[in-house]
Amino acid sequence: MRALLLRDLRLALRAGGGFGLALAFFLIVVVLVPFSVGPQTALLSVIAPGILWLGALLACLLSLDRLLALDFEDGTLDLMVTAPLPLEAALSVKALAHWLTTGLPLVLVAPVLGLMLNFAPGGYVWLVASLALGTPALSVIGTFGAALTVGIKRGGLLLSLLVLPLYVPTLIFGAEAARRGAAGLDATTPLLLLAGITLATIACMPFASATVLRMGLR
Amino acid sequence: MELHVTDLNLARAGVPVLTGVSFALQPGKALILRGPNGAGKTTLLRTIAGLQDALSGHITGAEDRIAYAGHADGLKAMLSVSENLTFWAQVFGQRSIVDALAAYALEPLAERFAGTLSAGQKRRLGLARLLVTGRPLWVLDEPTVSLDAQAVAMFADAVRAHLAGGGAALIATHIDLGLDAEVFDISPFRATTNTRAGASDEAFL
Amino acid sequence: MSIWSYANPVKFLALSARVQPALWGAAALCVSVGLIWGFFGTPDDARQGSTVKIIYLHVPAALMAINAWFMMLVASLIWLIRRHHVSALAAKAAAPVGAIMTLIALFTGAVWGQPMWGTWWAWDPRLTSFLILFLFYLGYIALWEAVEDPDTAADLTSVLCLVGSVFAVLSRYAVNFWSQGLHQGTSVPVATGGRTVADVFFYPLVVSMLGFGLLFIALVFYRTGTEISLRRAAALRARADRGL
Repeated sequence: MRALLLRDLRLALRAGGGFGLALAFFLIVVVLVPFSVGPQTALLSVIAPGILWLGALLACLLSLDRLLALDFEDGTLDLMVTAPLPLEAALSVKALAHWLTTGLPLVLVAPVLGLMLNFAPGGYVWLVASLALGTPALSVIGTFGAALTVGIKRGGLLLSLLVLPLYVPTLIFGAEAARRGAAGLDATTPLLLLAGITLATIACMPFASATVLRMGLR
Repeated sequence: MELHVTDLNLARAGVPVLTGVSFALQPGKALILRGPNGAGKTTLLRTIAGLQDALSGHITGAEDRIAYAGHADGLKAMLSVSENLTFWAQVFGQRSIVDALAAYALEPLAERFAGTLSAGQKRRLGLARLLVTGRPLWVLDEPTVSLDAQAVAMFADAVRAHLAGGGAALIATHIDLGLDAEVFDISPFRATTNTRAGASDEAFL
Repeated sequence: MSIWSYANPVKFLALSARVQPALWGAAALCVSVGLIWGFFGTPDDARQGSTVKIIYLHVPAALMAINAWFMMLVASLIWLIRRHHVSALAAKAAAPVGAIMTLIALFTGAVWGQPMWGTWWAWDPRLTSFLILFLFYLGYIALWEAVEDPDTAADLTSVLCLVGSVFAVLSRYAVNFWSQGLHQGTSVPVATGGRTVADVFFYPLVVSMLGFGLLFIALVFYRTGTEISLRRAAALRARADRGL
């Protein structure tokens, strides 16, 4: 399992586009927002939690395409099925690698981008906490979507259509936590619900992902 | 442990393709699979490897004992030759890749990125992967594609060494590898238009 | 003869041909009676005037939108466990019908709310949940279309339906949580659902709901028959290609 994790991390680093792409996209989204809604700081401050969450979510979505499709094309997935590693574990590791190369950098960069959107100073802790708790769920759910579309040519758009509705609960609780934190309110409830969703998906989704992956490889 | 295939019925895209396939493969032996293109050799090999399900029949002696090599090499272009092999060695729980590199004369290429190799070199690397799996039963689908005569000889030597060590090999190939192996022709097992084997399409006919 | 004998596609087609005329007739009758009675035979509401009568379209459509997904869930489970093709194709057939029902529910919900909210759309929890359901329907239909092998498509869409159902329920609660931020006055009185509605409104509603239910069943029979015939044509073509 560790071998798979290290391999995926190494590939993400070398393939140029692993770390950087998601961060760059996040930045671009945040930069485009004032152009589309106007530069009034009061307005930006209100929508900042939502925009940061939405930007992080879309950036995670971008890199899902590559998660399994590359392995499918070069035959690695077939070989993984025959390997001693259970497919559920392999997919969990791939989701972890995805989070480490996409979700985690987004979490770390979010406060900086929050500055640009006049995010309320007192809420940074809640923002980072909500993203840290929520982005793993995005990776795990995204892995399910990637497994579902693994054999489909140009399945990227379909992947988005399938995964985005599944992201709604995480987005709602995550953004709500960030919003309440920014407003100085107690954000524990949405944060706990968010954590609950993340833990449940981490525990259960790999089984669904492995099932559909085997179906798609036949 | 022997590989036993009994009365296997296989389908491809809802249509029966092979029926009643039966054979046995003992340790130390190799079996060459022959048959026209499209007859179902790939389907048969993939089913034995566990990638697909058969419609009916039994396969014993295959669980966790197979190293499969299909048409794609399973290589990562952005990893070096030794990194690729080390990865598979770790996944399959083995340690050393030195013997695998030596068997296919890959030492001079060890630090090259797999993406920069020629087709023949990539195939040699893909076959070298079999040696780091430590698995006794090799299931190979057209392994000699892209290999020149010298590389084919390397491959044949590797298979002989594997068999001598108690392993077995099931190989679909058109080429005469010079191995002392039985030939299994799947043509007699091909499904006809009227075969009823429980394939998906039959429910609608 | 148990219901499972209709898992045979050919037998199902025969059954479908027999029951469809009655189903369509009954559906047409109930829908028209329900709607006409509801629109013209009931008094106007004290508060909402005549716009409340849109519930005779809205409530049955919303009900069927959810029931359709539930039927797809059961059909998907039957496919995954017992591999009955008719079941998988029935789920495939039901999806667009369910999607249209969801659209009708959304549209009529908006029309209903407009006089009260002053806007054609508000992010009311009920309507928002239906919007999310519509997205699930779209994804399901899209996946069927995207996968070439019909058996693999049936497998993948079945699992998607299962996973989607869990997330749809989760979303329902999440949306309720999310909309607490809205001021109370904007919730659409859809929650009536018949229980607090007076009898004079209730009976035409029941007839209308029955009509929509029969309409759904008739449509699913019809569309499943089409799917079976398409699959049969493909199988015959494949057999012809092979034999020659």
